[in-house]
Amino acid sequence: MKRTIFSNQLLPWLLLAPQLAITFIFFLWPAGQAIRQSFLREDAFGINTSFVGLANFRALLDSPEYLESVKVTAVFAVSVTVVSMGVALLLAVAVDRMLKSARVYTTLLVWPYAVAPAVAGILWWFIFNPTIGIMPYVLDVIGYDWNHVSSKTDAMILVVIASAWKQISYNFLFFVAGLQAIPASMREAAAIDGAGPVRRFFDITFPLLSPTTFFLLVINIVYAMFETFGVIDATTEGGPARATNIMVYKVYFDGFVGQNIGSSAAQSVVLMLLVITLTIIQFRWVEKKVEY
Amino acid sequence: MASIKLDNLGKIYPGGSRAVGGVKLDIADGEFIVLVGPSGCGKSTLLRMVAGLESITEGEVRIGDRVVNKVEPADRDIAMVFQNYALYPHMSVRQNLAYGLKNRRTPKAEITRRVDEAAAILQIGPFLDRKPRALSGGQRQRVAMGRAIVREPAAFLFDEPLSNLDAKLRVAMRLEIKDLQKRLRTTSIYVTHDQLEAMTLADRLVVLNAGQVEQIGTPLDVYRRPASTFVAGFIGSPAMNLIPARAVPHLPGSAHAAVIGIRPEDLVPDPDGPIEMQVGAIEELGAQRLVHGKVNGADVTIALPSHGELSDRLRLNAAPEALHRFDDKSGKRLD
Ligand SMILES: Nc1ncnc2c1ncn2[C@@H]1O[C@H](COP(=O)(O)OP(=O)(O)OP(=O)(O)O)[C@@H](O)[C@H]1O
Ligand SMILES: [Mg+2]
Repeated sequence: MKRTIFSNQLLPWLLLAPQLAITFIFFLWPAGQAIRQSFLREDAFGINTSFVGLANFRALLDSPEYLESVKVTAVFAVSVTVVSMGVALLLAVAVDRMLKSARVYTTLLVWPYAVAPAVAGILWWFIFNPTIGIMPYVLDVIGYDWNHVSSKTDAMILVVIASAWKQISYNFLFFVAGLQAIPASMREAAAIDGAGPVRRFFDITFPLLSPTTFFLLVINIVYAMFETFGVIDATTEGGPARATNIMVYKVYFDGFVGQNIGSSAAQSVVLMLLVITLTIIQFRWVEKKVEY
Repeated sequence: MASIKLDNLGKIYPGGSRAVGGVKLDIADGEFIVLVGPSGCGKSTLLRMVAGLESITEGEVRIGDRVVNKVEPADRDIAMVFQNYALYPHMSVRQNLAYGLKNRRTPKAEITRRVDEAAAILQIGPFLDRKPRALSGGQRQRVAMGRAIVREPAAFLFDEPLSNLDAKLRVAMRLEIKDLQKRLRTTSIYVTHDQLEAMTLADRLVVLNAGQVEQIGTPLDVYRRPASTFVAGFIGSPAMNLIPARAVPHLPGSAHAAVIGIRPEDLVPDPDGPIEMQVGAIEELGAQRLVHGKVNGADVTIALPSHGELSDRLRLNAAPEALHRFDDKSGKRLD
């Protein structure tokens, strides 16, 4: 790397200042506040604040509501990841076979990614709206009574689809790139070696794709756990009966709606630790590439 | 083992470009055929049509007595060695060799026996448990060969298998491939653009030019009687001189031929010779020296022993039987 020597000691700091300021104002300071508040408790009127140690965290572990939210988050994150990666992989494999005509196709598939989560949420909310949406009508024809306002399962399916939808295009691009990096002769050799298309996929293509898959796995889990707030807020608001109340949404709900700042702060600290863990996993394995 | 018959084989790629046309070739059981030609002449396309990796748009491929145009690569009973070896990077050498047998539901004991046997033949026994990336280029090449021979197929197809090796290893592997094929007597089609490789390996050569067969014959036949100026210029190193007949009017036959071909080593110094050459650049090769120059304006190269002084004008002669005569329009041989 090229090394630049600044004669003026101040200049490098000035150049860094905007970035440092943004990091401080929008990340470090709020994070510090959250950590501080997670050890405090306010009284009902917000007048007195007292230090309570780990009580907020202990309360979380004792709260059935919180544990339920953890479970909902797990189901949600796994479903979103499986759906978005599964669909993306299917599309990528289909496109990989005929990549000449794929350019148009690829461009079309990137569109969802340009749509903000909240907008995507509303879009899907309309499509699945029990009174005016098209999907309930279609489902009714095949005999399914769709109602995500009252059915927990329907609500979960709705938020999973709405969240996975956007991520499909992102995953797709990475899978296509990964597939393109596998030499065609590898699959041809396997074809001559007597492996049919399905066999070839599981014996050759999929293992060779594992670095991409692992990378996307982490990215998608992080996405599902932390970036789907907009989708939930625009569609189900965590309901019905907390069936889609994922951890991020609960942080917001308990803090801003329920005004329980201490508990909300403790929850965000837990989430922060989760992100840090996932990021470490990401760096440890993806940087080294998955072994094959 | 099997014979292979190509009948008017042709390929037009989607988009309309013709890569191969009208190839007729009968390959006997156990024969070693080398397809040779410049880059882009359709060698790989032809080989891949035989392998089943490329659809056949014209004509027929027969392996044994079966037309295989519509048969899957796996069911053609062929094995292929790729230029980049195409070893499976996530499998050990042993798994690489066994993969084709496993897919064909060969019994375990039989797989082990055949893999060990192939490993012994190719001296890759010590590497059986390594992954391909832990092997040198030469060792990978052997594994690729091993993967072909464990299957005991009816035919081997090679697509420039040695082109990723350094010059010395290439010569060694060339000899090994020849030995191996002699021993196994498996029908083989071998693609290369290296004419030396082609000459040394082939029972018969097929010289391709722009998707068409220019000549089929034993290496010596092709060398001694090239069927066209293209073959004459392609086979033999240094390349044969192709001189416009009017530049050498005193040579026999130059009256009714347009192009006279003379190999560099067939042009010998002779004080009374009919050809006068102006000497230009000289390349010293050790045992030989190549002398480039002009004869009546035409470029000529001759090969001389590496001793003695050279004047800047040489008189040369050539034996009548060393002359090749070609038509100038079609480039075809005239006699
Ligand atoms: N998939 C394809 N689609 C269209 N044209 C193709 C395709 N593959 C090859 N060609 C064309 O067919 C011709 C023959 O290609 P081929 O790969 O058979 O040449 P080759 O003799 O093997 O060359 P090389 O020595 O460089 O490997 C070339 O002109 C090439 O551009
Ligand atoms: Mg080729």
